[in-house]
Amino acid sequence: MTSKKTPLNNEHKLRGGRMVEFAGWELPVQYGSAVAEHHAVRENVGVFDVSHMGQLELVGPDALALAQKVTCNDVERLSDGQAQYSAFLTVEGTFIDDIVVYRINSERIFICVNAATTEKDYQWVCSHQVGSVQVKNRSDSFAQLAIQGPRAEEVLQRLTDTDLGSIQFYWFTFGKVDGVETLISRTGYTGEKGFEIYLPPASAESVWQKLFDAGEEFGILPAGLAARNILRLEMCYPLYGNDIDEAHTPLEAGLAWIVKFTKDFVGKDMLLLQKGNVKKKLSAFEMVDPGIVRDGYAVYSEGVSIANVTSGGYSPSLGKSVGLVYVPSELSHPGCSFEIDIRGSRRAAQIVKKPFLQKERS
Amino acid sequence: MDTPEELQYTKEHEWLMIEGNAARIGITDHAQQELGDVVYVELPDVGKTLDKGESFGSVESVKAVSEIYMPLSGTVTEVNEVLADTPEEVNGSPYGDGWMIRIEIADSSQIDQLMTPEEYVTYVEEEAG
Repeated sequence: MTSKKTPLNNEHKLRGGRMVEFAGWELPVQYGSAVAEHHAVRENVGVFDVSHMGQLELVGPDALALAQKVTCNDVERLSDGQAQYSAFLTVEGTFIDDIVVYRINSERIFICVNAATTEKDYQWVCSHQVGSVQVKNRSDSFAQLAIQGPRAEEVLQRLTDTDLGSIQFYWFTFGKVDGVETLISRTGYTGEKGFEIYLPPASAESVWQKLFDAGEEFGILPAGLAARNILRLEMCYPLYGNDIDEAHTPLEAGLAWIVKFTKDFVGKDMLLLQKGNVKKKLSAFEMVDPGIVRDGYAVYSEGVSIANVTSGGYSPSLGKSVGLVYVPSELSHPGCSFEIDIRGSRRAAQIVKKPFLQKERS
Repeated sequence: MDTPEELQYTKEHEWLMIEGNAARIGITDHAQQELGDVVYVELPDVGKTLDKGESFGSVESVKAVSEIYMPLSGTVTEVNEVLADTPEEVNGSPYGDGWMIRIEIADSSQIDQLMTPEEYVTYVEEEAG
């Protein structure tokens, strides 16, 4: 199967992007140095092509009711123009996907989903369709860019008349960027201040180029999958397929805050049973001994294999290797220590408080 | 791709500076480019004796980990301690401050199997297809 290409495929190659297959898409893992791309986002500004992400839309008088049923966070609490981190769950309460729900209005709900799960999500939401609502897979209608970093607002503001300062964290608006109609949201996957914009694929190239012109004085860089993965790991944002999946629930993943028991949703019954009796928790750890921990490495406690690392890597911000792992709840407290098998050698690691990096809320 | 004339090379993308019965070893400019940002280098203890082809350590980049293999049989006489704190020297100066180990060569006849800079460049080009 050949990988799908985003509208910016050519641009990535022109900028030296090292292309890899990711979730069925051909995407840049890095352009030059992933560490430099990471620093650009933490200190100034970087731009990610996240056009592989999928988008669903629920349209009709019962759009809100359907969204309430299929997502675990409370869409009724949103005002029009507000977004929310949430999830689709199985009847077992485990993750079908983690998502961002955008309430355009009560009859139009826009949902950003993961690339690899888009078709599964779409089929699943369709299977719960009730009343008068249409479920649309709009993934081919949008390119998506993430402009992230302390300078992101200043750079994007140069391309739009929309007052970006008036968009609060996890709010959005429709506005023109470089003359193109877009959805602009103050969201991201890096922990930095920044925006994501959804735009027509045909306009992606020119907007992308304009962003680099606008951000040149701040040393704006295109950032690839490697930088994106480090940035999100430093913030302990879970990655679907690694840290969360159909074997784990939001309560186990430390995402109880997106589960609202005051409403009904698929998966609620099982989560009510699990509540107060969570046996394993997705925990953050750092290496105490030297070595770099990678996805999948085995974790040992008192000589017994207890888990596998779900995400591991090197944090340029902390100068050490960090990771996430599901450990028994009694071993999930900061200071709890265990060993990780790094290619045949057992190395000490310890649980630390989440997230690794403390950032001011944007 | 930089390939200094005075060095010899291997298919595993290591370079050797042969100095009499000793050799200084590191990874090539091409190798560091392929790896990307090096964030950790694990090196053996001084005194360790290893056969040609055995792994003597590893280089970890942001993306991945690579084993580094003994290009010749020998005993480790020195390791580059600087890399413990500044592994990025492997990217910045692969043939200089980014060197990895120095060995005493056990069997000098193995030197004949190493590649010249020209042979190595051809090898890399063929590998790239």
